[in-house]
Amino acid sequence: MPVLTMRDALNQALREEMKRDESVFLLGEDIGLYDGSFKVTRGLMKEFGEKRVLDTPIAEEIIVGAAIGAAMSGLRPVAEMMTVNFIMVAMDQVVNAAAHIRYMFGGGTKVPLVIRTPGGGGHQLGAQHSHSHENWFAHVPGLKVVAPGTPADAKGMLKSAIRDDNPVMFIENEGTYAVKGEVPDGEHLVPLDKNDVKRQGDDITICAHSRMLIVAMDAATELEKEGISAEVVDMRALRPLDMMPVIESVKKTSRLITVEEGWRSYGVGAEIASRVYEEAFDYLDAPVARIGAAEVPAPYNKRLEKIAFPGKADVVVTAKALLGKN
Amino acid sequence: MKVEQRPAESKSPATLSDKATLLKLHREMLLVRRFEEKTAEMYQAAKIGGFCHLNIGEEATIVGTISSLRPDDYVYSTYREHGHAIAKGIEPNAVMAELFGKETGTSHGRGGSMHLFSQEHRFYGGYAIVGQALPIACGTGYSITYRERDEVVMSIFGDGATNIGAFHESLNVAKLWHLPIVFVCVNNLYGMGTAVNRASAVTEIWKKACAYNMTGERVDGMDVLAVRRITDQLVEQARAKHEPSLLECVTYRYRGHSMSDPDTYRGKDEIKEWQGRDPILTLGDHLKQQKLLTDQEIQKIDEEVTAEVEAAVKFAEESPEPDPKELFRDVYAEAGAA
Ligand SMILES: Cc1ncc(C[n+]2csc(CCOP(=O)(O)OP(=O)(O)O)c2C)c(N)n1
Ligand SMILES: [Mg+2]
Repeated sequence: MPVLTMRDALNQALREEMKRDESVFLLGEDIGLYDGSFKVTRGLMKEFGEKRVLDTPIAEEIIVGAAIGAAMSGLRPVAEMMTVNFIMVAMDQVVNAAAHIRYMFGGGTKVPLVIRTPGGGGHQLGAQHSHSHENWFAHVPGLKVVAPGTPADAKGMLKSAIRDDNPVMFIENEGTYAVKGEVPDGEHLVPLDKNDVKRQGDDITICAHSRMLIVAMDAATELEKEGISAEVVDMRALRPLDMMPVIESVKKTSRLITVEEGWRSYGVGAEIASRVYEEAFDYLDAPVARIGAAEVPAPYNKRLEKIAFPGKADVVVTAKALLGKN
Repeated sequence: MKVEQRPAESKSPATLSDKATLLKLHREMLLVRRFEEKTAEMYQAAKIGGFCHLNIGEEATIVGTISSLRPDDYVYSTYREHGHAIAKGIEPNAVMAELFGKETGTSHGRGGSMHLFSQEHRFYGGYAIVGQALPIACGTGYSITYRERDEVVMSIFGDGATNIGAFHESLNVAKLWHLPIVFVCVNNLYGMGTAVNRASAVTEIWKKACAYNMTGERVDGMDVLAVRRITDQLVEQARAKHEPSLLECVTYRYRGHSMSDPDTYRGKDEIKEWQGRDPILTLGDHLKQQKLLTDQEIQKIDEEVTAEVEAAVKFAEESPEPDPKELFRDVYAEAGAA
């Protein structure tokens, strides 16, 4: 199987879907002539022209709003928000419009729209370029939210997202674009509503998505050296949230850690923990442990930043504590 | 306030001496008026819930602009949109049923007064966030150019919306991308209780088009023939040349902002003065002068539209409520949905 970076896997998905369906087009800031801030859209304007790869002004509200209108009028837009931090100025369009239009108009229309946007920190970009906000979107009925952590899933989920008839928030991560992995050629579709066990284990379950999936996998490798067998569940499908693999895993391991790159308060881990308490309380031998970013605006200083975001060591320490092995 | 009309090359007045068109404009304005009067009554009788914003006084602007469109053209509107929906051809039955929250309403009772919609009539919705629909309308405009069609989008909003960022982002890309859009600003002189000159540094809203190198026009929004004439030109410009425009229609709402507004921020004299320029009476007088209608005929038209509105109320009353089992219907589109 070919090995691709996450960036190229996403690029391949876009290219294949644009070839397959004339109604698919891309819009966003500097995605065309400039080839994209993170080069995900590299070469696509050259290949498909300016109509299908539309460079926009720096005006997030018009990007999302126009994508919604185009989606209601027969097209399948894929909008890029340069980073998730900038989508804040378009939240009205995302929540009040994209998410609610179908319902509030009684099913009279649909919004087949994908918004691709990277979150994530760790590059000394400070408080306005480093956060993760997938939980904001996952809160809202009417949106679908996915956050793949492997190149293969990135390709397969982006293709599925483009074919889906609903607004899909496709959360990428600045720290994973260069990550490599095997990616199936051609028609590779990954469902938007299925989470996935990425590593089997018996002693403890670790749930993570996006870049934190990689952190969790690394932690599991390290734990294995210490005789701890961790199962890693990829929470790539955040809304609708597929809890099945987590519940099944907890029934086996009786211990759960959630890892997310964003703040813990009102976060992804909070939601997963509540559902586990509701559905599998009796199987737990310890409270669910949540790992997330320190509750501060992301600091610039390298040392402070390193402490502020979760890493492998946090997961390892937490796992051992939950198992009473510290 | 006296409204100067910006000089615009007039189309041949022949288009508007056509009797059928004149009678249609008159009847539609009267239908909107009677519909909204009945809506107020039904609101007071607690048949209608939520917020409810009426179009009374704005009929010439509504009918003068929308009647210029083809059935396959698109309209985007606001929460003050009952009349817009009717002018775009949606049956009063379906509009009233939506106000009543019934399953037979335009949005199956899920939207209400502020969220009417009809795919069939290309009425692309009432949006209740000020300025929100302009970017979305641009997307439909982009789809039209993308698919090389010749439809036009009309995006209708209030004076208040012209101070919000989305308005400026929309005018910019509409011009930049050559979108077939007519932006219609219903300048009724107030955004809730705030007069235009207390909210906008530029009170002649058509001038805001200049910043985007776009055609801007101002018209007396109480004169349906003037509105229709200028809209015809702007629609044609959008359709044939993909040149967008901003049309400011200066008009007035006789009632408060919504049904719950005690209307304390403007003088009774001002309201009276505007009522003295009533668009429906004005056109009626014109038609009588032209010997196209008699008082008796006007009376008869009034009775007919009143009966239509009564029938809409009956239809709404007798329609079923949404089934509670269907609370979750249409949160998401299932695969293969329309
Ligand atoms: C973004 C936003 N802010 C505030 C409101 C509350 N609001 C509803 S209508 C309105 C006044 C709008 O005035 P205008 O655009 O002139 O339209 P009109 O009601 O006069 O038709 C306000 C402030 C809102 N719906 N949306
Ligand atoms: Mg107003």
